[in-house]
Amino acid sequence: MSAPANTGPVSTDDARIAPKPPLRRFHQARWDEPLIFELGTPGARGVAVPAPEVPLDDTLPEALRRKDAPGLPDMSQLHVLRHYLRLSQENLGVDMNIDVGQGTCTMKYSPKVNDRFVRDHRVSELHPLQDERTVQGVLEVMHTLEKMLAEISGMDRVSLQPGAGSAAIYTNIAMIRAYFAARGELEQRDEVITTIFSHPSNAACAKTAGFKVITLYPDKDGYPDIEALKAAVGPRTAALMITNPEDTGIFNSRIAEFVDIVHEAGGLCAYDQANANGILGITRARDAGFDLCHFNLHKTFSTPHACGGPAAGASGVSEKLVPFLPRPTVEFDGTRYRLDDDRPESVGKIRPFYGVVPNLVRAYAWIMSLGAEGLREVAEIAVLNNNYLMKKVLEIRGVSAPYAEGKRRIEQVRYSWEELHRDTGVHSEEIGVRAADFGTHYWTSHHPYVVPEPMTLEPTESYSKQDLDEYAAILAEVAREAYEEPETVRTAPHNSTIHQVRQATLDDPKTWAVTWRAYRRKILGQ
Amino acid sequence: MVNPVAGLGGRVGLKGSDGPDVQARARELGAVPRASERATAALRELAGRAGAPVVLTAAGPMGEDAVRAAGLEPDVRYTPDDPSTAGDTVAAAKALAPDVDLLLFAGGDGTARDVLDAVGTSVPVLGVPTGVKMHSAVFGVGPRAAGEVAARAATSFIEAEVMDLDEDAVRDGRVSARLYGQLLVPDAPVRVQQRKVGSSAADPYAVGGIAAELASRVGDGLLVLGPGGTTRAVAAALGVDVPVMGVNVLREGRLVAADANAAELAGLVTPDTWIAVTPIGGQGFLLGRGNQQISPEVLRTVRPDRLLAVATEAKLAALGGRPLLLDTGDPDLDRALAGYRTVITGRGRTARYPVQGA
Repeated sequence: MSAPANTGPVSTDDARIAPKPPLRRFHQARWDEPLIFELGTPGARGVAVPAPEVPLDDTLPEALRRKDAPGLPDMSQLHVLRHYLRLSQENLGVDMNIDVGQGTCTMKYSPKVNDRFVRDHRVSELHPLQDERTVQGVLEVMHTLEKMLAEISGMDRVSLQPGAGSAAIYTNIAMIRAYFAARGELEQRDEVITTIFSHPSNAACAKTAGFKVITLYPDKDGYPDIEALKAAVGPRTAALMITNPEDTGIFNSRIAEFVDIVHEAGGLCAYDQANANGILGITRARDAGFDLCHFNLHKTFSTPHACGGPAAGASGVSEKLVPFLPRPTVEFDGTRYRLDDDRPESVGKIRPFYGVVPNLVRAYAWIMSLGAEGLREVAEIAVLNNNYLMKKVLEIRGVSAPYAEGKRRIEQVRYSWEELHRDTGVHSEEIGVRAADFGTHYWTSHHPYVVPEPMTLEPTESYSKQDLDEYAAILAEVAREAYEEPETVRTAPHNSTIHQVRQATLDDPKTWAVTWRAYRRKILGQ
Repeated sequence: MVNPVAGLGGRVGLKGSDGPDVQARARELGAVPRASERATAALRELAGRAGAPVVLTAAGPMGEDAVRAAGLEPDVRYTPDDPSTAGDTVAAAKALAPDVDLLLFAGGDGTARDVLDAVGTSVPVLGVPTGVKMHSAVFGVGPRAAGEVAARAATSFIEAEVMDLDEDAVRDGRVSARLYGQLLVPDAPVRVQQRKVGSSAADPYAVGGIAAELASRVGDGLLVLGPGGTTRAVAAALGVDVPVMGVNVLREGRLVAADANAAELAGLVTPDTWIAVTPIGGQGFLLGRGNQQISPEVLRTVRPDRLLAVATEAKLAALGGRPLLLDTGDPDLDRALAGYRTVITGRGRTARYPVQGA
């Protein structure tokens, strides 16, 4: 069968009868750019580094000296710049596409003005080993941010040290472990309960911390099965680690009952609020009785996701867990801020030094610019956007929003293309890939797929009605193609940089390679 | 190869088409055969992609008609009785298998069972779904998808489950599924229906974790391992090669009894014996389907906490929230075993999952 005649998003050459709203013509660059390690000419230089004034052989300890030169490519500045500009053209960033398809990730706009604070020398020139008397300003920012996040969550103290969301979840389970160790109950309490729709990092971090993990599946309405929780809790329960709303976007209004059941068994409850975007200023972890919670500052509080980090996480705890917070904490005596490292029951350091300060500054600036009312408005618009988009999406043939029929969703929706798949054989992954031909994309769901043929959309407060209309129109067009010309969808993307990815090698730890060194070892066999 | 009557009973509410009586009743009720039409759609897709493939087939409605309708030239290698029967399906499959790269058959679960009986895993096969029941993992997701996969001339194949429902039981209002064996199908997960129900055993990391957890719990105890892809992979991870169909008894990485029957098991088990069973993918039957050897007598001998369910998270997820099912043949025992049971999903990982009598 021949390739589809039209590989662009506009299905007619006559722009006057283009569908409304008109779908954008999009074509991404393809540079066939090699890895930077495969570039370079021996002897080429980008910067002529002056020779050291002191012979380093005499001053550097033997153990710190390289035996061999680092294996970096020899390149001029122009060639480095060109390489990265080309890569940037082969990308779809949050600032470039309508990024509502990365559901659960809360791809909101990161205000650029906040980067000005970060680039200011009063932040950029700080060093973590400076005497605390010389960094009073940034300590004040951290102290105030902690107070604000404590107010937002209802918790008593908040640690800003975790490097991102999973680090914050790990911080929480580490504090839970320390809490039961201090009470002499750790040997008895070796089980953590979570749900299949909570972020998998909860199960993973609990496992890493040495706990056994019990997973609850949803009941027929999509809520975590409270009867299964009752069957699972007991004297071995250390904690419940749960998200609400879960990835389905359905708010579990019985969450306080879940907490009570676990508390009665003597366990603690940790609320995964990585994404609190739909409930800011509306409800709080503490109000449902939770003992711990965490935020991802790069989700709810607008700091950049930064392609895997560093981001920033924040772990909040109630009074009884305060002794176990990572150290140092930032304290204020009424006149001066200081770092308190003398915390004998602390879980220690979750990462070096104090936290990812640039992101703490961005989150601080974002909260200060909005105020309490503004935060609540963020949640309201995010929920409104989500329910508007849901209405538009559910008008498309072949898509549904499983569970909790007739109920609205909070900040995101896990949709299902099961009907379209049954009708056409086209999979959700294939629809998401075809969306790349229109300059956007979406994410399906975590594995395993509890919702068949999933698609998770989260529009946040950042996107306009026009954006959401355009996004829904793209999905509608791809769904139409799936029914009328499925070949166009199955062979997509046609206008994107990479046409087909060999998924299998990405799924297998034996073959995946996220660094040059791993690539050389695993793929090139060097 | 086309089973011309596959799917005949579906539209007229007969829940299947196995056997001449049901087929006659379906025709009385006005059923129209659709198998040939769907087979033609698959062949058109194949022809569109693969040019002019050489197609060996059976005469008349068993393939020849569909091949011609798709614009291809049939090479007829088998002539069935008129009307054809399941015996013809088996005979045709045997006649075609030695000379083909892929045996494309149009039918349902019953046809898949006949193909299994005829060719086993001697030749790759792929089903064009035309039946009423298609619980087996050997079908394309639709006729055109089957044609597309066939055209790819795959070089990588996986074993996929052949399942069938007991149609008489379904007509009596009971759902009764069985695992019959495995066929070799092209490894094209996006286009082959297996993905939702039968793929869990193919995840070596998940299964390795289940095996490690099981080994740590069982220690040097006696382990009765039920049939299924997951349990077979678990046995392999424990260092024992067992057949997929039978119930096997292991101790410390050694096979104590292979393909044991109920009487043999009853003679081996004690209250301390462990029993590990895996639900049938997509169906959820934990006991009473394909593992009837683990009889009520055996189940009543072991301590209740020694009965373990094992399944990958993907397999549980594919149940779509439906409970695991018990049909041991002893309703009292089913009630006693029902409730929220522990399902081992990995190393140090379990689910609490609802289990109930079927």
